[in-house]
Amino acid sequence: MAGAQDAVPVVLRVNGRRHDIQVEPRVTLLDAIRDTLGLTGTKKGCDRGECGACTVHVDGRRINACATLAVMQDGREITTIEGLGGADGSHPVQRAFVAHDGLQCGFCTPGQIMSAVACIAEGHAGSDDEIREWMSGNLCRCAAYPQIVDAVRAAAGTARA
Amino acid sequence: MNVPDARNRADGVAKVTGAARFAADVPVDGLRHAVLVTATVPAGRVARLETAAAEGAPGVVAVLTAANAPRLALAGDGYAGRLPLQDDRVCYEGEPIAVVVADRLERARAAARLVRAEYVVEPAATDLDAVLDAAYAPTPTPRWGPADTSVGDVDAGLDRAAVVVRRRYTTEARHHCAIEPSATLAEWRDGRLTLHDATQGVFNVRTVIAAALGLAPDRVRVRCEYTGGAFGGKGYVWPHQLIAAMTATTLGGAVRLVLTRAQTFTGNGYQPPTRQAVTLGADADGRLLAVRHESVSATATYGEYPEMAANCSRVVYASPAIETRNRVAPVATILPTPMRAPHEGAGMFALESAMDELAYELGLDPLELRLRNHAETDPTTGQPFSSKELLACYAEGARRFGWSGRPMPVRSLRAGDELVGWGVASAIGSTFRFPAGARVRVGVDGGVVVEAGCQEIGAGTYTVLPQLAAEALGCPPEQVTLRLGDTALPETGVTAGSSTTMSVGSAVRSAALELAAKLAAMVDGRADPATLRLAGAELTVKNGPPTTVRLADLLASHGVDGVAAEARWAPGPQRHSIHAFGAVFADVAVDELLGSVRVRRLVGVYSAGRIVNPLTARAQLTGGLIWGLGQTLMERSVHDARLGRYVSKNLSGYLLPVSADVPELNVGFVEEHDPHASAIGARGIGVLGAVGVGAAIANAVHHATGVRLRDLPITAEALCCGES
Repeated sequence: MAGAQDAVPVVLRVNGRRHDIQVEPRVTLLDAIRDTLGLTGTKKGCDRGECGACTVHVDGRRINACATLAVMQDGREITTIEGLGGADGSHPVQRAFVAHDGLQCGFCTPGQIMSAVACIAEGHAGSDDEIREWMSGNLCRCAAYPQIVDAVRAAAGTARA
Repeated sequence: MNVPDARNRADGVAKVTGAARFAADVPVDGLRHAVLVTATVPAGRVARLETAAAEGAPGVVAVLTAANAPRLALAGDGYAGRLPLQDDRVCYEGEPIAVVVADRLERARAAARLVRAEYVVEPAATDLDAVLDAAYAPTPTPRWGPADTSVGDVDAGLDRAAVVVRRRYTTEARHHCAIEPSATLAEWRDGRLTLHDATQGVFNVRTVIAAALGLAPDRVRVRCEYTGGAFGGKGYVWPHQLIAAMTATTLGGAVRLVLTRAQTFTGNGYQPPTRQAVTLGADADGRLLAVRHESVSATATYGEYPEMAANCSRVVYASPAIETRNRVAPVATILPTPMRAPHEGAGMFALESAMDELAYELGLDPLELRLRNHAETDPTTGQPFSSKELLACYAEGARRFGWSGRPMPVRSLRAGDELVGWGVASAIGSTFRFPAGARVRVGVDGGVVVEAGCQEIGAGTYTVLPQLAAEALGCPPEQVTLRLGDTALPETGVTAGSSTTMSVGSAVRSAALELAAKLAAMVDGRADPATLRLAGAELTVKNGPPTTVRLADLLASHGVDGVAAEARWAPGPQRHSIHAFGAVFADVAVDELLGSVRVRRLVGVYSAGRIVNPLTARAQLTGGLIWGLGQTLMERSVHDARLGRYVSKNLSGYLLPVSADVPELNVGFVEEHDPHASAIGARGIGVLGAVGVGAAIANAVHHATGVRLRDLPITAEALCCGES
């Protein structure tokens, strides 16, 4: 049985690319994405599943990357903010965040956007109240919340509730 | 948005793609990771520190403690910590006692847990109420004003008053909780130190680090292109920044130190609790005859930070007699520090609650009471206001809110099972301005680059400063890019105290005007820069018939490949009282059985001089309103007086507003241009929105329920159990 300090092989499939890496079993998916793969768009705000800044998609579901270990995601399809719309931010949710000013300092923004994409895909963007509820796992201390709701509503093509 | 100047964020794409690099994101070769070990007691001595197990753990490069860390020199006024790893003293729970450096983060973290400390614990007070007898008069930095002021005879005014209100109010300790934890990447190579630091001011970091490490400032470069929220917590320099720097200079190479979320609660200051007393005396018509505002706030045992909560009463209302007094009392915590909104944020809760209480004593509409006491000149200094449209704020806010339909009696509005109440408060923001430099240059392709070493902390600096340069050059703002956050750029003050658009914006405008003058002169030797238009790579001047030249031709004819201008701006002698103002209206629903308060609407209308970009400015104000909502209903760093520590050093125990908490927000600005505050006509707006919200909501709760709550945050217990 491998000890906590012995690195083990893990396959991380991130943004359509396969990465064969060696990580210790105690390494979180977040630290593996940021430190091992160098994809720093995913942010660490609390490292304990409270702020949502590290939200990524695993097999299409949004999760907090700090609250799961890299070894637990072996072989799964992971999408980070870098894999969403390319360098020009062409994904409709990214464009909506810029157009509706759904960001301020920008630190929580990648997590907000990953969460928003999933929120829409889940069918949880049917009204402003629903968006507010289902986006409440992502903290924004600048408090760009009204503009984030505007952006999610616009991207979802939802009429204002 | 179709409003002119409402430009979308220039850094929007960088931020929505994850390309924007924050301090902890910067890649570097040979990186080592540093993790702090912090004291678990609030006061005493470290009697024994066992580091051998950590030193022997896999991947560990070094463990620095007071026993082997380099000696530091005094760090100066920009530093707010105690010098770290210099002695065996512990002055607060969470104070760093060691730093563990390893090749990988998980190894450094694991090894840090192996460090064992034994303490000689000394008695320590961490509860402000336990040390009020030890309160003393602070020596504030001059820009915050004196600890005490007095005009007129307050006691005589109170003797003549028809109505006197004497009340006590409290606010609790709060934390900044920027979503980006403070982080420093320090790299020491070839006798030069480079820091990538999460900060509100790279120059302040350089000054402190260079002084503490005994390095010439030109051997220290500090960079920060994006700051992931700050709110005051990254304004001063704190121990972790010095530790990262000294670790790098000791070991060589690159070291990254990122505070854990828990460490941010003891690592970069907090908003101290306040205990305030407000006394108001008014004649039968509600005109103030006397105002006395006293406040005691917590400071650290090792240093002094006064929360100047009484300051607001110096300015807000006209009264022939006003006394204000700020005191501090020492507790065993890290030093408190400014936090959105410092001073007025706590003070206006007390003053504006007391004004509402006075209105009810008089049976006078609370808004009418404020109108009757409107100050036409600064009541303490006698200076004229630089510009003040507060009356227009009241009028427009009342119109948007529908205030004229408000019945005076409490418990007179209902919605279903809930009681409804409406409250109002004034808002005021101090004006802080710092000397600033800026450089603007244009190349053959027409691309304009503005350079100024200030920060982008979420306010829209990358967007707004180019707008000011574009205005002076007669070009579209998209043609202008800004470089900031680097000590290699022209020096500015800290991006704090709502100062940057005013201060750096004035310098940018001045440099851009000078560049326009240079370009105009190059065209025909005399052209007026005001007639200059830059469109792409073509320049047009219009002194009579318009002349259009290709920039490439113009520059080639002068044998240059670019033209630059640099300017500095500094605030002149202050002949005016300069403040931003506003009026805040709150609509709340209260469930009496549950003791729950739900804010349904907030309306804020503001007088803040020229608004350069209505889009980013609106976000500053709505963000501020939500901060006020957090202050009023959620935020409190709960503290265990026996253990001398915060009990919830995380984001689930420390409640922050989330999206579902946010009500309908309606924000407006009064059109205004303030030539005395800045060269661009603007005043500061960064903290303004967070002011007055607490009182507006508490006053609305009183209107709904008849219960007057004088302690923030408002809790269900307090609401159910009656007046505080």
